[in-house]
Amino acid sequence: MAVREWAGQELSEALRRELPEAVEGFDETAAWVNPSQVGAAAIFLRDEPSLDFRFLNSITAIDYVEYFDVVYHLTSLKQQWCAVFKTRLYGRQDLSLPSVYQVWKGADYQEREIWDLMGVYFEGHPNMKRIMLWEGFEGHPLRKDFL
Amino acid sequence: MTIRTEPMTVNVGPQHPSTHGVFRVRITFDGEDIVEVEPVFGYLHRGTEKLAEERNYVQVVTLTDRLDYTSSMINNQAYCIAVERLLGVEPPPRAKYLRTLTAELQRIAAHLIAVGFFVQELGAFGTPLMYAFRSRERILELFEMLCGARITVSYMRPGGVFADAPREFWPALDRFLEDFEVEFAEMEQLLLENEILMIRTRGVSPIPPEVAVNNSVSGPVLRASGVNWDWRKQDPYDAYDQVEFDVPVGSHWDNYDRFWVRIQEVHQSLRIIRQCIEQIEPGPARLELPLVLRPDPGREAYGRVEASKGELAFYLVSDGGIAPYRCKIRSPSLINLTIIEELLVGWKLADMIVSLGSIDINMGEVDR
Repeated sequence: MAVREWAGQELSEALRRELPEAVEGFDETAAWVNPSQVGAAAIFLRDEPSLDFRFLNSITAIDYVEYFDVVYHLTSLKQQWCAVFKTRLYGRQDLSLPSVYQVWKGADYQEREIWDLMGVYFEGHPNMKRIMLWEGFEGHPLRKDFL
Repeated sequence: MTIRTEPMTVNVGPQHPSTHGVFRVRITFDGEDIVEVEPVFGYLHRGTEKLAEERNYVQVVTLTDRLDYTSSMINNQAYCIAVERLLGVEPPPRAKYLRTLTAELQRIAAHLIAVGFFVQELGAFGTPLMYAFRSRERILELFEMLCGARITVSYMRPGGVFADAPREFWPALDRFLEDFEVEFAEMEQLLLENEILMIRTRGVSPIPPEVAVNNSVSGPVLRASGVNWDWRKQDPYDAYDQVEFDVPVGSHWDNYDRFWVRIQEVHQSLRIIRQCIEQIEPGPARLELPLVLRPDPGREAYGRVEASKGELAFYLVSDGGIAPYRCKIRSPSLINLTIIEELLVGWKLADMIVSLGSIDINMGEVDR
């Protein structure tokens, strides 16, 4: 019995019913969420029984030079389904997102890693410092302009 | 009369024989009780994700060996599955069985290390660990037959495995299974109901299921917390939908259960290996793919497996080039460490090393 993967459209419609201002659109596999609404969307995704995404698999950031995408992979262990939502941040300076640490504590090290290596800051994380590199290191090495 | 004590901060690691590599944790003690824990990472950070962006899709396989070096086969498998999803191809059936078989052999080897060191950290110095290593050595010899390497195997490729097993592999595997049955029974007899081991680990550092889930814990640690979740069952890859096995689940959520789940998983792995030997049929072991792979631009894939430590996933994004545009590694060792506070705070110094051993981290994978 395999887990079901939510289509992007399905997830964006479920989100839109409750949080119309949070949804920006969807693609084949993911719903796109407004960066400022990530925290609200996360709480809704976890606590709404018809969604029940209690398990955060991973958070990733991707550097597309003009913008950064942050990707959240979620799973519901009870309902046996998975979903993905993404958010897009434009620019390269002073990037920040609301932290989901209080929603899924599993985000702790992954958010710190994204700050360390990609330079996306997470507001509201209780211990937002570098994780792999030392304090005082200049730059964020996973960015495309870091050589 | 009460004696007033002051909290004391102690550095454990990065050079410590029982932290499984260069793991460092800053612990504040009040007498013997742990009051604060702060892990410090990065001593083995090699920038694997950045290196992957500079190599072509096939070359990245060699980088995956060096993540969790006690289960290289499973790392290979996770990466190859991600690339296959990216390309939209399926390996031939024989390759699927070979991968399942070698991944399960590797799981046994990794769990033997986990169990061996766990007992070593309880103070059973040497003997049980050598029992575990004796059997693991045989598995590494089998890997040597397959690909010439023992640890950094790079045996799998996108689209299958690099070469079919040589003829002498099969009788050697049968001999190993026969001997291992006896060796493992011996080890179980020594450890499973051992009174000292039970007293030291029963009821120590229980992790309730809802805490484990909220902390994104996966693998044997999650199952020991009473959550029945195994990606081999929930999202079968390779030949796992063709074989029968059970998922052992803990009921006390404590250090003993984390140890017990690994012992039981070895039995299930043996079951899977036997079924693979029975079911495998002749045929090609690798899909004909171009030497340099170029997935379509804009495609992305999340390939995951149940590794020996938990959910190991590679998230690949393609820009149409010969190298991944982004290669994120979801490493179970790092994320399982999120529960370190729940695991240690409030418990005694003497249990600290044992609890750390019970989540079975591997620094190659934590720091990447």
